Amino acid sequence: MDNLIDKSLLLEKAKSLVSLLERENATNDEIEVALSEIATAGDSNLFQELGKMTREIHEAIMSFRMDSRIANLANTDFPDAKDRLEYVITMTEKAANTVLTVVEKGTPVAEKLSTQAKHLGEQWGRFRRREMQGDELRAMGSEVEEFFAESETMMSELLSGFTEVLMAQDFQDLTSQIIRKVITLVDDVETNLVELIKIQGEHLTPPPQEEKNKKAADDRANLDGPQIPGKETDEVMTGQDDVDDLLASLGF
Amino acid sequence: MKILIVDDFSTMRRIIKNLLRDLGFNNTDEADDGNTGLPKLQTGNFDFLVTDWNMPGMTGIELLQAVRADPKLKNLPVLMVTAEAKKEQIVMAAQAGVNGYVVKPFTAQTLKEKIDKIFERIEG
Repeated sequence: MDNLIDKSLLLEKAKSLVSLLERENATNDEIEVALSEIATAGDSNLFQELGKMTREIHEAIMSFRMDSRIANLANTDFPDAKDRLEYVITMTEKAANTVLTVVEKGTPVAEKLSTQAKHLGEQWGRFRRREMQGDELRAMGSEVEEFFAESETMMSELLSGFTEVLMAQDFQDLTSQIIRKVITLVDDVETNLVELIKIQGEHLTPPPQEEKNKKAADDRANLDGPQIPGKETDEVMTGQDDVDDLLASLGF
Repeated sequence: MKILIVDDFSTMRRIIKNLLRDLGFNNTDEADDGNTGLPKLQTGNFDFLVTDWNMPGMTGIELLQAVRADPKLKNLPVLMVTAEAKKEQIVMAAQAGVNGYVVKPFTAQTLKEKIDKIFERIEG
């Protein structure tokens, strides 16, 4: 660092200080200025280092700001991620409704088939036990014919329902892809935040531990929603059996 | 047997409605939160309430408390079907007078068991 001291400059300043001291009418102020000039000349290496650091920090911050990835995150990726997640909700809802509609339409069809089959089974039993008269027998014949025709239509109705249910499952593939993209985005944000903290070079004090809210259960913000497997905490029941045990311990 | 199903998600209401129908309960009505559910309860002669907890407007726990505070409704059996599984929440629901508590995701069998148990206790 010695090479940073400008010797000729220092010598010049020293000479002018000496001549100032030899002058009888030199004021205290003048002497102080000359002294501080010498001190500054000696410290110039420190100031240069500081200047260099400041410039580095400035450049780092500027390059951080200029990083298009950051701008993209804020301007495009985040709104995009929100749209994507909204789409996940839309898709899962659509799939659920498709399946529910098939079930709601299919259940009475299956029930009707089952009832008719039971009825015909009983008729057939009577026929086998020779309890049936000619007219009844003819009636059963046409009922059987009707049943065959109807069951074919009903079965194809049910089968097309099954196909609909099958096709509705494509949401799983699509939503996972979307969610995976959002996970990547969150990863990116994390990386960039770590960079930012490094640049800032400060030891961020960890946020104070959230105070336990005594009325937690009363506060909607505190409702956790569905438990994610592997993310349960101690005070959370892991399933219906746990809930039943807890309720039993409360006298239920 | 007339049953009111309160849940903010229409798909969940449909699932519960279909499960109840499979269990032989055909007379059901729906509401999307406590604010719409409570007036229905007060005027609709319901015999049973199935409610979610976390809903916009009036939550399930508030609805339960309102039901227990209403002289005409205070004996209405209430089954809570919810994703909330914290111990303190279950204790809170129990203290508020819930008759059964089912955590989502649940099975048809669980729902049937809890409903059967509630009616056994009422009739017994």
